[in-house]
Amino acid sequence: MRQRSLIAITAALTAGALTLTACGSRDDKDKDNAGGGGTTVVIGVDAPLTGDLSALGLGIRNSVDLAAKQANSKKFVDGVTFKVEPLDDQGQPSSGQTNATKLVADKDVLGAVGPLNSSVAESMQKVFDDAKLVQVSPANTNPALTQGPDWNGGKKVRPYKSYFRTATTDAIQGPFAAQYLYNKVKKKKVFVVDDKKTYGAGLAATFKDEFTKLGGKVVGTEHINPDTKDFGAVATKIRNSDADLVYYGGEYPQAGPLSKQMKQAGAKAPLVGGDGIYSADFIKLSGKQGVGDYATSVGQPVEELPSAKEFIANYKKAGYKEAYEAYGGYSYDSAWAIIEAVKKVVDDNDGKLPDDARTKVIDAMKNVSFDGVTGKVAFDEYGDATNKQLTVYQVKSTDPKAGWKPVESGTYTGSN
Amino acid sequence: MHELPQQLVNGLLLGSMYGLIAIGYTMVYGIVQLINFAHGEIFMTGGFGALTVWLWLPAGTSVWAALPLMLIGAIFVSTTIAVGAERFAYRPLRGAPRLAPLITAIGLSLALQQAVWAWYPEAKSPRSFPELPGGAINIGSVTMQPGDIFLLITAPVCMIILGYFVMKTRVGRGMQATAQDPDTAKLMGINTDRVIVVAFAIGAAFAGIAAVARGLKYGQIDFRMGFILGLKAFTAAVLGGIGNIYGAMIGGLVLGLAESMATAYINNIPGMDKLGGQSWADVWAFVLLIVVLLVRPQGILGERVADRA
Repeated sequence: MRQRSLIAITAALTAGALTLTACGSRDDKDKDNAGGGGTTVVIGVDAPLTGDLSALGLGIRNSVDLAAKQANSKKFVDGVTFKVEPLDDQGQPSSGQTNATKLVADKDVLGAVGPLNSSVAESMQKVFDDAKLVQVSPANTNPALTQGPDWNGGKKVRPYKSYFRTATTDAIQGPFAAQYLYNKVKKKKVFVVDDKKTYGAGLAATFKDEFTKLGGKVVGTEHINPDTKDFGAVATKIRNSDADLVYYGGEYPQAGPLSKQMKQAGAKAPLVGGDGIYSADFIKLSGKQGVGDYATSVGQPVEELPSAKEFIANYKKAGYKEAYEAYGGYSYDSAWAIIEAVKKVVDDNDGKLPDDARTKVIDAMKNVSFDGVTGKVAFDEYGDATNKQLTVYQVKSTDPKAGWKPVESGTYTGSN
Repeated sequence: MHELPQQLVNGLLLGSMYGLIAIGYTMVYGIVQLINFAHGEIFMTGGFGALTVWLWLPAGTSVWAALPLMLIGAIFVSTTIAVGAERFAYRPLRGAPRLAPLITAIGLSLALQQAVWAWYPEAKSPRSFPELPGGAINIGSVTMQPGDIFLLITAPVCMIILGYFVMKTRVGRGMQATAQDPDTAKLMGINTDRVIVVAFAIGAAFAGIAAVARGLKYGQIDFRMGFILGLKAFTAAVLGGIGNIYGAMIGGLVLGLAESMATAYINNIPGMDKLGGQSWADVWAFVLLIVVLLVRPQGILGERVADRA
């Protein structure tokens, strides 16, 4: 009797926990953009929709959703209705791989937008490539994803033909920040911190290389454990290091608390990071201590581009609960790149989807070229965006919605 | 070496937090021999309880004035959940093999985490927590924030109150008796069910206080914060000698100091530069645990669990 009730309770609790997980991930699913008849083409989305990085992930999902809705209402591809299938990877490579497998298995899926994290992308690339399913990431910046592990040694080899991205890479993002901070802000001594992940460690390394090449000094390095939020000991090291700048390779859930704690410990140096910290949530987490911190991000500020006005207005009109965040424009453009490619394939096949649509979409992707939200959208021979614009932002106020202000946009030109 | 005092304080702060949470593990283990793995999540819900009180108060309320109410809110939520868990998840399993309540505890921990994630507004990403006003306080080369001072005062005060309660009050003595031999204690007229509920409640109340302290210190709380902190606090309880309430505090402090020393100094040792830094702090904390358990398996202060006849 006792034994039975114990089994029942344990089972009930486990089931309860699992159900909750499941409900959560299904709650925002959009069903109302089906209809219109004809063929349905599904665009998969893989991004962290829950967890620490969900602010960025939800922005990606909403922007792709908006792209699909726009394409449907304009009847952009005759007889084709686009549908979005968002999947949550929680920033975990294993979940990303599961999601990729799931998308590959659905024959209506002709393309996927995502993921956010470079480390997640690593686990997904092969799954997509084996199935000849095109993947466009709006946010991955690790150079190795398109140019192979030896990209820095001069031997660039594209590992997966199905992988494209609309974001520029860390190979130019780190050095761009280094040049701005060394030449314009006159910072000479940097303390470099990273989270040891693909994105963070890669970015910190490219920054460090360029900063020392310019003549700057690295006065300390530290790797943090992204699972913890206590950076007291690291903050003390930074304060005592005499650095006038702290570079953080990683994302805002750690960067925000790190910025706050190091300044509370008495450090006077601003924190600088890449696109992974360029989020309203960084300002929420760093509070008043975050004012003065910098971030670089890919492209020009979306708000300042004439091509983006329509996107912003439509995004507002669609009434999404979450902001489009750092990658909204890129996600919208990524989805449109897939839509354009699908259109080309359908047009070439007398208005119908061919049987080998996936392979054809990959081929069409190479020649995609249109004016997107973030500027010209096109891909080079590695699948990288040809648009290599970057912008430095600075936190000017503690208002999460308006705190980040662009201070300099430009294209990285390399240094000697 | 002018960094050392600050690093010691950093470790002390981290350790006080571990210690406050560890008390919940150690008391429950001492009395019913159950490792309540949901305790980390009870700590987390306490934090959200305090946040709810803060959001409910009119905007512009000073944090100092709100603090007592937030503490009450945190303690209310965490003890309610702990007592409820004891009543509905653990009590029906009393007498069942030890593995059963352990699995229930893990299930409960997941359920609580997911419940906050699913139902607390905007809990999917970290939520900001009010901070105590006032600037940093400098004592020599040591810098401390008001939130740190709160933690440094609260932890010992809680310990003193708990020590008095266990040693001097009727319920406290009942706890000691139940820990030694629940059957005989029952024969002596002690309501062991009530004693167990009290043990859960006290542990949860301390976890609630720790959650407020953590919120004030870092300015944010999130639905996953209980997992890692709970694991660390459990480690602290084992390190100090599980079942021993003073051991929990000592274990917490030792663990906190070990982590901050490992971050600050290990990579200065020649040949160890690749094995130091914050990302290795957990590794060194667990190395320390293993060493202590090898030399002294009962923990630093020793277990306080009587042999069962």
